Amino acid sequence: MNYPILVHVTLRAGIADPEAATIERALPALGFSGVSHLRTGKTFRFELAASDEASALERATAMAERLLSNPVIESADVRLGTL
Amino acid sequence: MRVGVVVFPGSNCEYDALGALNELGASAELVWHADSDLDAFDGVVLPGGFAHGDYLRPGAIARFSPVMGALGAFAASGRPVLGICNGFQVLTEAGLLPGALQKNRGLTFLSMPVTLVVASTRSVLTRGARVGQELVIPINHFSGNYTCDDATHASLLAHDQIVLRYADNPNGSRDDIAGISNEAGNVVGLMPHPERAMSTLLGSADGRVLLESFVGSLVRA
Repeated sequence: MNYPILVHVTLRAGIADPEAATIERALPALGFSGVSHLRTGKTFRFELAASDEASALERATAMAERLLSNPVIESADVRLGTL
Repeated sequence: MRVGVVVFPGSNCEYDALGALNELGASAELVWHADSDLDAFDGVVLPGGFAHGDYLRPGAIARFSPVMGALGAFAASGRPVLGICNGFQVLTEAGLLPGALQKNRGLTFLSMPVTLVVASTRSVLTRGARVGQELVIPINHFSGNYTCDDATHASLLAHDQIVLRYADNPNGSRDDIAGISNEAGNVVGLMPHPERAMSTLLGSADGRVLLESFVGSLVRA
């Protein structure tokens, strides 16, 4: 069957996030105060044909490590589900 | 001496690289990314551009091109490999060089001449230069912000792998890094474009010393 997969890729802790830094500076300029610890990321949604949940997750995790993220600077959160 | 200049869909500096290498006495030719045989070449250049549209991340798709499988063995044979700009990004994604290039600090696409300082002459790109030598060479990138963890940075320093630094860091790169090599010194990646600094008439000829070093380091296949 088809399993819905969500992969969320973010920069690892300690890796500078220039996009987040720019957004965090822009928000107060628009009057939105109090924002801190902002991080950006990228979400991938897809369906994966697999025999069961465990094998779907295993294959999605392998995809996340091989292509969807660069493990040198990014980490990937892989789960079953939809947004 | 034959140099293969790899062309990915979206490469756009291959003719600049070809012209510069030929001007310096090498015999450069284009190699399509779907080719997987590099045996005939004495050196390989991955030129600048936007391989595969830079989709996902710069270099993320290109690293799986057939030519990249062959490039791993080619690099291991000790022959020189040079990645310029997008080529540097491809080499890091492929794991042939450590670290990663991410978006510039300030999220600005940078296109301008910068001053580089030669940090090591152990690499195939800097053998003919001297440590501390200043070179004015153009940059042209959005993701040139060199990033690595502390252990990788310590290893780069310990093995003299930092090849070039920016005199005035334009993009947020760690330790002002503009170019690095592998431990052996035969694989080099840099964000600036030495092939665009070949003539004072066009702004600078400071790229010559780097590409002359590269051509002088070619190893007969």
